[in-house]
Parts: sequence; structure tokens; C-alpha cells
Amino acid sequence: MINMYEVSETNKMIEHENLDVRTITLGISLLDCIDSNLSELNRKIYEKITRVAKDLVSTGYDIEKEFGIPIVNKRISVTPIALVGGSACKCPEDFVTIAKTLDKAAKEVGVNFIGGYSALVSKAMTKSDENLIQSIPQALSLTERVCSSVNVGSTKTGINMDAVRLCGEMVKATAEATKENDSLGCAKLVIFCNAPDDNPFMAGAFLGVTEADAVINVGVSGPGVVKKALEKVRGKDFSELCETIKKTAFKVTRVGQLVAEEASKRLNVPFGIVDLSLAPTPAIGDSVAEILEEIGLERVGAPGTTAALAMLNDQVKKGGVMASSYVGGLSGAFIPVSEDQGMIDAVHAGALTLEKLEAMTCVCSVGLDMIAIPGKTSASTISGIIADEMAIGMVNQKTTAVRLIPVIGKDVGDTAQFGGLLGYAPIMPANEFSCDAFVSRKGRIPAPIHSFKN
Amino acid sequence: MKKCIITVIGKDTVGIIAKVCTYLAENGINILDISQTIIKEYLNMMMIVDISTFNKDFKVLCDEMEKLGEEIGSVSIRCQKEEIFEKMHRL
Repeated sequence: MINMYEVSETNKMIEHENLDVRTITLGISLLDCIDSNLSELNRKIYEKITRVAKDLVSTGYDIEKEFGIPIVNKRISVTPIALVGGSACKCPEDFVTIAKTLDKAAKEVGVNFIGGYSALVSKAMTKSDENLIQSIPQALSLTERVCSSVNVGSTKTGINMDAVRLCGEMVKATAEATKENDSLGCAKLVIFCNAPDDNPFMAGAFLGVTEADAVINVGVSGPGVVKKALEKVRGKDFSELCETIKKTAFKVTRVGQLVAEEASKRLNVPFGIVDLSLAPTPAIGDSVAEILEEIGLERVGAPGTTAALAMLNDQVKKGGVMASSYVGGLSGAFIPVSEDQGMIDAVHAGALTLEKLEAMTCVCSVGLDMIAIPGKTSASTISGIIADEMAIGMVNQKTTAVRLIPVIGKDVGDTAQFGGLLGYAPIMPANEFSCDAFVSRKGRIPAPIHSFKN
Repeated sequence: MKKCIITVIGKDTVGIIAKVCTYLAENGINILDISQTIIKEYLNMMMIVDISTFNKDFKVLCDEMEKLGEEIGSVSIRCQKEEIFEKMHRL
């Protein structure tokens, strides 16, 4: 039988170390809503989401209450809208009506974000993809809960540089369209390479076409738990350090697995995957940066950061994989700047730069995440940064992403406020040397040689 | 059998366990295991109980236990289904 020590260990993790399930994300396929009539399409989308997800939030609360584990977010991901709206939408404005429908449906069922206002264009764009991408600034400025993503590259296809160029422009335009709120729209826009079909985490969640009609994916969290566990092995060798991370990741993931199974059973929707990511929040003691500092760095960004992060990421996976029947999504340590107090402090201290963050993304998920840069940064520079990050994903056969916020009207030394889980971020300098001529070349970067495995 | 874990944490006073046990008895809940420690007047008590004979919704038990804790004043009482601990600590 369970003993008192075990009970208090679990409850201490929940009460004092920010153990939680970060998100239950219900994936809903909208392929059966496709219609050539725009208003009919919108009606079907609204009807399906509000029908399939009607009990999502209340079920989440029930599980929270019965097991005593906080479930921070209940969310929805849908089929990439560029596919769903392809037949009905003739211009970017048509797509915006779908964004509004998604927003309305999200509000109706009570989820805080709905992801899938997306296009998958890793090789080339259809007219519909292009229209959707061009509608992103307007869609994100006119809606509150809609999240958007664009997959512009993959190991198999190379990098679609036309899409990279367009996305740089759209990031800038989204920043302009939401400049009253420190360009908040950009916090809901992710540019991917090798985007997974089953990611439960926002803003990059969408339900891929390889998925079922509805599916439950769960994202776990727990940086605070790992940090606390590591405090007990200060000065010990790497084998003990790794063992501690693995055991902790195992425990954290088991909770995610339990919640996923329960949600799946109660909603009568199949269980998809548990995403093993260490996801920080701006709360004190819920930081990936603090784990790295506990491992032995004065500040994140110091020499050794990339190695420590590589080790952390690997051990989290090794511990987590054992704890769940299906692992997927992004699964790795997240290193967003604005959502992690330790990262913010490191930027303030001058320890962490955009370039070091780029190096860190080579060894963990997901990418340059929630980084505020000066509003004056040109669209082509943003495209250049996106291209670099996509190249890392393409060559390393991993998911990488870019969620940059060029904060209009602010510059290095200022701070952008996003609020809530999105946190706040000091504006970081971006390299100002031009990459115009590179970015304006047409076409795509071919797939790397090691993608030809057949 | 459906097991649930009740934890009582807070400043120790006379009759905490009596009040919790009275509630459980009145509601047909059998106690399977009790353990407690008191460190510097700070009580940490855990009970494993069988709720298969409890005929109300589990959420009602959670709410009523929480309310009982507020009535006692110095303690917080929470009920959690056993699975969360089983999952985390048992292979």
C-alpha cells in the first residue's frame, strides 16, 4: 500500500514545486467540414468544435479535483486551416472569417487557446496556403485565442525559402497590427521546421492529417520538481545527476499519462501521446534556466550551457519514455525567454544572447521561442533568423521553431509585457548586418544528403 | 474496492482525527490505514480509505472534507484518488 512518505512527496511536488499538467489538448479533425461555400464551412466548423469539445473544460476540472493535480490549460488543436479552407477561401479576408469562427468556438467551450490556423508549406505553397499566410496578421489582430503556425521546411523536403521570406514579412506585419499590446500577436505565431502532427503545446499545436477524427494529447511540465531534486545531488558526479533527472522525469510523466488516460476515457476520445517537455512558466521556481544553473552554471548562457542542456534534454526523455505508452509531440526542454524567469534574469545580466539561444536550440526542443527583438528589425532580418533556425532543424532531423516578437516602438533596454503565462521579455539585440540578397533569392534550399535513406 | 487518500496538514489541536473519523463513519467510509507525525505542533496525517461504500459523488467528499478543515480552522484537508500516487511510485 502507498505510504505516507510517498503521499507527501507527491503533494510537496504539487504544492511547492509547481508540478502540474501543462495542457490537455483535444485535437479535432476539420476535414469533414470542408465545403466550397464559405458560410457553410464556418457553420460546420463551429458546430463540430463546440460539439466535440463541449465537455473538455469541465472534464479537465473534474480530473484536477479528484486527483489533486492542477491542469493548467485545456486547449484545442485543429486540422491546418489552409487545407480546410482551400476550397471556400478565395482571398486572405475569407480565411479571416474562419479565424473569427475558431475564436468564437474557443470562447464558447471555454478553452484559452485554439491552434491550427496553419499552413504546411515545407516544399511549396498552393494559392490557398499563400492566402492563409497573408491573412495571419489580420487574423491574429482580430482574434484573441487563435494560434497560428507555418511549417516552412523539413529534413525530407528542404527549406521553402519563398515561405521563409513571406513569413518574415508576416511576423513584421503581425507585430505592426498588434503594436498597441507590445506586438502580442507574434506570441501566437510559430514558424516551424519538421513540425509534429500531435504537438499539444501552443502556439504551435495543430492536428496533422495523419491523425484520427479526435484525439487527446497531453503536455506535462515540472521544471520546479527537477530543480528541487537536483538540489539534493549538488557536487555529485554525472551518473548520479543523470539518474536523478531520469527518476524525476519518470514520476512527472506518469502523472501526465494518468491524466491523459482519464481524459481519454471520460471524453470517449482516443489517447494520442504524452509530450515529455519541460515547460517553464514565469512563476518563481518553475524555470528550466534554474535547472541549468543548479547543474553548475552561474547563469544560463555561460560556457557549458549547451552541453548541460543536451544532457538535461536527453535524460528527461530517457526517464519519460518509460513512463508513458506513447510519447510524441515536441518532447524536450523548452527554452522560451519571456516565459522563464531564469532566462529573463540571464538576459538582464548580459549572459544570454540570441546567438547562444540559437546554439542551445541545436540540442533541445524547440527553437527561438518568445524572444523580443527591436521593433525596427527588418522583415528580411527576421526571415534570415528563421532560415538559420530552420536549417538547424533540417540538418539535425529535429523540430525547430521560431517565435520572435519584434516589439514595435521598443528597442534594446526596453521591456515587452505580454501578461499571464506569456510573461515579459527584455528586448534583445538582433544582428543588424543585412541578409537581403540571400533572403530575396527565389525557390528552396534542397533537402540535405542524409535525408535520402531509401 | 475504491481507495482514496485523505491528508490532513496543519496546526495540531484536540479532536481533529475524531472529527474526520466521525464524518467518515457517518458516510459509510471504511478506514484502511492511518499514519501521522507531529513535528513542533504541526500535524501531518494520512489516511487510506475505501470509498466504494460512499454513495455520493467523489467531488462531494472533496468539498465536504475541505469544508471540515475550514471548520476546524487550523488544518487543510484534501482527498485524492489513490491512482495518482500508485502511478507515480509503483511500476
